[in-house]
Amino acid sequence: MGKPKVATASLAGCFGCHMSLLDIDDKILKLVELVEFNKSPVDDIKKFTERCAVGLIEGGCANEENAHNLQDFRRNCDILISVGDCAIMGGIPAMRNGIPLQECLQKAYLEGPTIYNPTGKAPNGPDIPLLLDKVYPCSEIVKMDYHLPGCPPPAETLWQALVALLTDKPLDLPYELIKYD
Amino acid sequence: MADITFKIDNVDIKGKPGQTIMEAADAAGIYIPRLCTYEGLQPHGSCRVCTVFVNGRAQAACTQPIAEGITVDNSSEEVQQIRKDIIEMLFVEGNHYCMFCEKSGNCELQALAYRLGVLAPKYPYLFPKRDIDASHKDIFIDRNRCVLCGRCVRASQDIDGKNVFEFVDRGPDKRVAVNSEAKLSDTEIDVTDKAVEVCPVGALLKKRVGYAVPIGERLYDNKPIGSEIENKNQSS
Repeated sequence: MGKPKVATASLAGCFGCHMSLLDIDDKILKLVELVEFNKSPVDDIKKFTERCAVGLIEGGCANEENAHNLQDFRRNCDILISVGDCAIMGGIPAMRNGIPLQECLQKAYLEGPTIYNPTGKAPNGPDIPLLLDKVYPCSEIVKMDYHLPGCPPPAETLWQALVALLTDKPLDLPYELIKYD
Repeated sequence: MADITFKIDNVDIKGKPGQTIMEAADAAGIYIPRLCTYEGLQPHGSCRVCTVFVNGRAQAACTQPIAEGITVDNSSEEVQQIRKDIIEMLFVEGNHYCMFCEKSGNCELQALAYRLGVLAPKYPYLFPKRDIDASHKDIFIDRNRCVLCGRCVRASQDIDGKNVFEFVDRGPDKRVAVNSEAKLSDTEIDVTDKAVEVCPVGALLKKRVGYAVPIGERLYDNKPIGSEIENKNQSS
């Protein structure tokens, strides 16, 4: 059997939630004793090599690749957790949801005050993932099992949640650890 | 007049005739969660966050008067679930970006969600298109964060005597409008008005004072909303 496997991903996020995970300080040594990381930016494994017990998802889905990646996680993880406000509700990237995509691209690549773009076009090509019409919370793409809010969630929240899951105990977060900012 | 005796969660409470359930509960040091009601303003009964079961029927504690012998349920799982559902619906109905909101940490909507243990709303986000009015030199309205509690409407009318705000439209289109030809800057509102102070969320805010209090020292960072009422009971 070996240690439970954990996978992580940053979709349309800023990697702040991953930073918060690293912020558990010396407990990271304990964490490595408890689990083994599979597909994750932490160890730079790009593809699932075996089934994982827990998948931690940072960020919402802003493009095709995010959505496919999230579906891949759902297929390969027993439990999927939305980590942070972006995974839960789209976060800062979701601010574009009230504006048509064409207008967003126009502003970002053609009309902005500091833009120099002689091509006169927004970037487009086979290597660039297609943007979705809006930024989707993870739970609107696949089923998410748990949600840990925060921007980012406090390191202690992540730690307590992981330990509770891995030791099969109920998670009872104290008041100070449920925060949306 | 004689006191009225009734029960909240099987505890005997004495109240004065004419009091609402919420007023009597506050005096007894029992917190009933609330959003649209505000001390000093006429109760509105619109948000339903203060829902309690009175003799088994759902009522708004901020408007329902006390009566001899009634039993009030303020803590059963069913009541808590109703409140939680309402808060979750308010979150998905607007655009509540806590991560950069100036009100975060001092926001009553957020504090209620913390107190009720909401990790994430179970409803799909609507991402409505709402507008911002920053025309006034000292105040701005961000309707993305408005929960239609009507506090500003009542405070402006009853306390400031200015009638700056009003509700327009209905259903999902309902919003707070200003009583003027165009913008907030065309009204008589002043930064010292009660209407500005009473907003429970970050919809009506003063300019140039945001983020003044560091994270960890804000109103609801360490103690849940309502603990000031509950502590009153312990000290007396």
